[in-house]
Amino acid sequence: MSDLSYVRTEMLPQKAPPATSVGVVGWLRENLFSSVGNSALTVVTGALLLMLLSAILPWVFLGIWDAESLADCRAQFAEMYADGRTYACWAVIADRWDQIMFGYSFGNLNEGLYWRPLLGLALILVALSPILYPNVPRIMYVATAATLFLYPWLIWGGSIWGPLTLAMCIIGGIVAFRFASQVMITAFALPVAIVVTAVLIMVVMGPLSNGLASVAALELQPVPSREVSGFVLSITIGIVAIVASLPIAIMLALGRQSDLFIVNKLSTGFIEIIRGVPLITLIFVATVLMKYFLPSHIDLDPVVAVMILVTLFTAAYIAEVIRGGLAALPKGQYEAADALGLTYWQAQRLIILPQALKISIPGIVSNFISVFKDTTLVSIVALNDPLGISGAIRSNSDWNGIVWELYGFIALVFWIFCFSMSRYSLWLERQLQTGHR
Amino acid sequence: MSDLAIERKIDRSKMEVSDEVAIQINDMNKWYGTFHVLRDINLTVNKGERIVIAGPSGSGKSTMIRCINRLEEHQAGDIIVDGIELTNDLKNIDKIRSEVGMCFQHFNLFPHLTILENCTLAPIWVRKTPKKEAIETAMHFLEKVKIPDQANKYPGQLSGGQQQRVAIARSLCMKPRIMLFDEPTSALDPEMIKEVLDTMIELAEEGMTMLCVTHEMGFARQVANRVIFMDQGQIVEQNEPEEFFNNPKSERTKLFLSQILGH
Repeated sequence: MSDLSYVRTEMLPQKAPPATSVGVVGWLRENLFSSVGNSALTVVTGALLLMLLSAILPWVFLGIWDAESLADCRAQFAEMYADGRTYACWAVIADRWDQIMFGYSFGNLNEGLYWRPLLGLALILVALSPILYPNVPRIMYVATAATLFLYPWLIWGGSIWGPLTLAMCIIGGIVAFRFASQVMITAFALPVAIVVTAVLIMVVMGPLSNGLASVAALELQPVPSREVSGFVLSITIGIVAIVASLPIAIMLALGRQSDLFIVNKLSTGFIEIIRGVPLITLIFVATVLMKYFLPSHIDLDPVVAVMILVTLFTAAYIAEVIRGGLAALPKGQYEAADALGLTYWQAQRLIILPQALKISIPGIVSNFISVFKDTTLVSIVALNDPLGISGAIRSNSDWNGIVWELYGFIALVFWIFCFSMSRYSLWLERQLQTGHR
Repeated sequence: MSDLAIERKIDRSKMEVSDEVAIQINDMNKWYGTFHVLRDINLTVNKGERIVIAGPSGSGKSTMIRCINRLEEHQAGDIIVDGIELTNDLKNIDKIRSEVGMCFQHFNLFPHLTILENCTLAPIWVRKTPKKEAIETAMHFLEKVKIPDQANKYPGQLSGGQQQRVAIARSLCMKPRIMLFDEPTSALDPEMIKEVLDTMIELAEEGMTMLCVTHEMGFARQVANRVIFMDQGQIVEQNEPEEFFNNPKSERTKLFLSQILGH
């Protein structure tokens, strides 16, 4: 037998790992004190963190919730704590939180109207559930469709027959499409259906809704667009932008990948132009300058104009994220779909987009978070987002000079929304995990 | 290469070549930009034929079979598949694609769908088969490729050989008349090549018309009724496997065979 020969006669059993590499001790050793440099870093960072928290936490938790004004707060601090330091005057939040959350129209001026934005938000959550969670029954899409018409009614008020008759006209259009696509090809049926819908809206909708209103009024107190404010405004614009931008972004991304020259160039041009201009400029143009170009009898609603602009802006960004996802798919996926005889749209819907969107989730949600925060830019066109309202509160003589408490509160609310979106996206990614490719 | 992969006796009772033409290619030419990849390809495939296409890499063999279901567009000549001419008409292309099954080197299963969904997708959406029936068909073919127990797993959880067998089952679920194989075993470990070749042999035994780009010369020798050798975008030589391997005529073929069978 040569020296190279070796045969194992018995297999080794499993042994427990050394105690220093598992449990709390193991974790500490591995993550915080793995080397001299690492230990030093841990100690220094810990000390810094401790200093920071010892400065912030007392300020937050020794603050006062009950006071008339900032001056009152300061008087109370002087009385309670002899150290001469000031703490948070949360009284401003206690006094004005409803304005910040619900805006002027539903805030403390009209306390009885809280239910309108709250019901609206609840409706939106119900409406989004079939889109957000894969296992919710399909019937919930009815709620999604209903919310499209009910939410604006709850926020802007007025007669319910306006949104309802609009919904009827659109359903009429869909029925027309069903009929038309039985007698002609889709490419012709779609314009026919659009014309039918437009005619219904222009000719039938006005008289019908007036007629119905004269039978049964069913009216909510109207709220002018400029008075929709606070987080109600931010959330309204944010949700519209988020929900409406995704389908537009998908079409733009597919357009940019398309072999059809015109479609390709139009999509590319749109994306590059919108992405090349700051959002703040677009908002300004849409609400202020457009007035000069439109005929004088058309009254452009500033909130609607902002919604459209923010939607298009977000769509352009997300289109590029989705394009990245499309490009990341192996060519074989397209070929396999083609080889099985799937049409272009079937392949996109069943094979390509589910995978491309899954890859793009982090990027898409990142854009959603960013656009939700960007809704604060509407303050430049004199719409009162939460920051606009905080400005108004500070210019009140009671609260003049207060800064951190207001911004801190607004930041916290934004953070809660954005953090939820971020967690949701992580959850969704885990749900869609199907093993490595 | 792996002559050893095939040891079983092949049942030739149903492997008849009929007089009916399945694929007719006349003077087909294709360019990539200005590069002339396929030159004057003429090929007639009868129903029930099992053709192996061999050749060095870059010789155009994959491109040629990919032209047959229009994954690649040819610029001159005609291709007639099952009586339908391949033109720019999308209807014809889709019709041909649903009659012609294809397996790829890298399987190209859909990773976001289960094995069963991979197999039922095209029948449901393209053939408009009711879902229940599609599932039955899919299970039938998954049993045939011997992996019915994996039906609810995702492709990422299967081995390469299993994935390729799923890919074959997925094509079969469309009940194709012709099967194209584009190097189905070249991305597989040697141990898994056999299971895929066995599946392909079974298919051949049932009389399927097959065009197969492969380097498995053992498979070619035993299963094919014709071997085509391509180089530089042209068909250089074609013959029955016995003649092709034992008595190649062209110098180019001799060189190729000496290189791949040399060790």
